[in-house]
Amino acid sequence: MKASLSMKRAETSDGERGATPTGARARRPSLIDRIGDQLPKIVVAPTFLITLVFVYGFIAWTTYLSFTRSTMRPSMVWEGLRPHERLWGNPVWHTALGNLGTYALLYIGLSTLMGMLLAILLDQRIRAEGALRTIYLYPMALSFIVTGTAWKWILNPGLGIEKLMHDFGFQDFQFQWLVDPDMAIYCLVIAGVWQSSGFVMAMFLAALRGIDGEIIKAAQIDGAGLLRIYARIIIPMMRPVFLSSFIILGHLAIKSFDLVVALTGGGPGNATALPATFMYEMTFTRNQVAVGAASAVVMLMTVCAVIVPYLYSELRPKGGAHG
Amino acid sequence: MASLSIRNVQKRYGALDILKGVDIDVGDGEFLVLVGPSGCGKSTLLNMIAGLDDISAGEIAIDGRRVNELHPKDRDIAMVFQSYALYPNMSVRQNIAFGMEMRGVPKPERERAIGQVAKLLQIEPMLDRKPSQLSGGQRQRVAMGRALVRNPKVFLFDEPLSNLDAKLRVEMRTEIKKLHQRLGATIVYVTHDQIEAMTLATRIAVMRGGELQQLGTPHEIYTRPNNVFVAGFMGSPAMNLIPALVSGGDGGPMVRFSTLDGGAGLALGADLARRVRPGQEVLLGLRPECFSDLGDEHSRGLPTFACTVELTEPTGADLLAMLTLGGVETVARLRPDAAVHPGASAVFAVDMTKAVLFDPASGVRI
Ligand SMILES: Nc1ncnc2c1ncn2[C@@H]1O[C@H](COP(=O)(O)OP(=O)(O)OP(=O)(O)O)[C@@H](O)[C@H]1O
Ligand SMILES: [Mg+2]
Repeated sequence: MKASLSMKRAETSDGERGATPTGARARRPSLIDRIGDQLPKIVVAPTFLITLVFVYGFIAWTTYLSFTRSTMRPSMVWEGLRPHERLWGNPVWHTALGNLGTYALLYIGLSTLMGMLLAILLDQRIRAEGALRTIYLYPMALSFIVTGTAWKWILNPGLGIEKLMHDFGFQDFQFQWLVDPDMAIYCLVIAGVWQSSGFVMAMFLAALRGIDGEIIKAAQIDGAGLLRIYARIIIPMMRPVFLSSFIILGHLAIKSFDLVVALTGGGPGNATALPATFMYEMTFTRNQVAVGAASAVVMLMTVCAVIVPYLYSELRPKGGAHG
Repeated sequence: MASLSIRNVQKRYGALDILKGVDIDVGDGEFLVLVGPSGCGKSTLLNMIAGLDDISAGEIAIDGRRVNELHPKDRDIAMVFQSYALYPNMSVRQNIAFGMEMRGVPKPERERAIGQVAKLLQIEPMLDRKPSQLSGGQRQRVAMGRALVRNPKVFLFDEPLSNLDAKLRVEMRTEIKKLHQRLGATIVYVTHDQIEAMTLATRIAVMRGGELQQLGTPHEIYTRPNNVFVAGFMGSPAMNLIPALVSGGDGGPMVRFSTLDGGAGLALGADLARRVRPGQEVLLGLRPECFSDLGDEHSRGLPTFACTVELTEPTGADLLAMLTLGGVETVARLRPDAAVHPGASAVFAVDMTKAVLFDPASGVRI
């Protein structure tokens, strides 16, 4: 709109003054103006298009596939709810969901707890804080594949902790969680918590540093000890951080895939299968694209169930009520 | 209620001397106001009284008992902070109750105390709201309530009104004054506001760079400032400090200073005359209200001088006339209908009984 207006202005000045140097000068800004006005759109357009096609387009495509007769390759033949019925009739899917429940609960809970404790310790202004913070944050910079592989070695009875203890002379020491179907899921939890708690710590630390020191002074004068200051005042003030870390860790847990692949490969048996690995297996190795798509849709809906209320509460215009 | 004594208290952060030995005695029921430029150590001193900062050297005693080693909660003090420092996750009621809860006061008693304080401060309708749902003035009252409910020995206030708008500040100032009169509490109060200091204090302590410059009643501080710094710091517009020379005259020593029209001389009062000798250079300290025009009945019998008026600023209540005396800009506060005009010469009477003299080299009052 603005561009066309400035064009018009340029034209009239041209018409009035003919090809005078002033007229020529007047035209140049109009062209630049035009590009300038469109520039944001031009810059954003490819990203927007790519997102539209490759994110939302493929979400729609996957959702459609979950109602078709797709097996090895996508097929467009409508089959209604059959793939979803097959999905929910599959015991492995139920195992995967159960595993996800255990994993998500422990992963979110322990990461938050560890992150918070680390942040509280760091907030006590210990020495070498900068170095420690970096050390705790490093795991977040690693890919889950690296984390998974490293922990596979650490937890492997023949290579890692167990071997180390044997070498130290503790011959009876046993640590075989990685190959124990009942315990393997906790190996995932250990590796996941190791990777994420540094990040959670950074969030808590930022929030702790943002607390008005006078509030803590006031609590001291009110007679609260350090523990009670944390329990009654500081930790309740961290509510937004708890929420953010729950959202971030929650969606990381639901889409956990690489960690499982690198650490346990879903085994032993299906002991560490998660919905994401189930989906991958169905789609790409078992030739059941429709069922895989159906499981993907369920995961999407779960992520939405976690994130939409969060976005809603964050983006809603802030009223007085809060905290 | 209690007395508070601060004896040679020092504070160092590493090699940095923040407080260089402060001595203040605050009597029972006194309202001491600490003033001073930003960074002079007022909050630090307050924190040390509260026990939130440790004391590098010296002693603080409440009711004659040394409290240096005592935890804040055992000193029986209450503090109101500049940011109010309300607990954001608790309701107003819980905020006020928290201190009592920590001290194990039984619930019915807590409720009764909250009721009383809420009534006193008129915050009853807000007891169940969160601090974020209150206005600045309401928060300020809650912060006061939190302090009052405990009935401590000493109240500490760190610029409690500085976040309020001008009108509310005046209202709250009156409230605090009434409260002090009603409770007879011992209060130490930090402020940047001249008027707060003058109206609230029973005594004012002026600090600068970690040192006490003067401790005295508001009247003493205003009329007999110890040095040039206190003279310039308290009062608005500030006291005029006019470079002048003492000379002998027929009727006793005079102070002479240059004006735009040449020079002028004013006879010193007998009291000041005794302390100076002819030929001595001094700074003549005159509050703006020491000046009056000849139409003013207060001018009768006072020494006068003539001078060109450079500028006038009517403030409504009075008329400020700008003069250049002794080479420095000088403000005279006159009646609103004083007959002075910018650019024209006028005759001013000066109440020399209120004048003070300072030594120009050391800045100390003569
Ligand atoms: N933790 C600290 N380490 C080093 N110096 C500090 C520390 N805390 C305060 N200071 C210094 O102590 C001095 C006094 O600070 P203080 O807060 O008491 O000033 P103030 O008189 O209350 O100033 P204001 O009127 O601005 O509140 C300042 O110069 C400040 O830089
Ligand atoms: Mg301060």
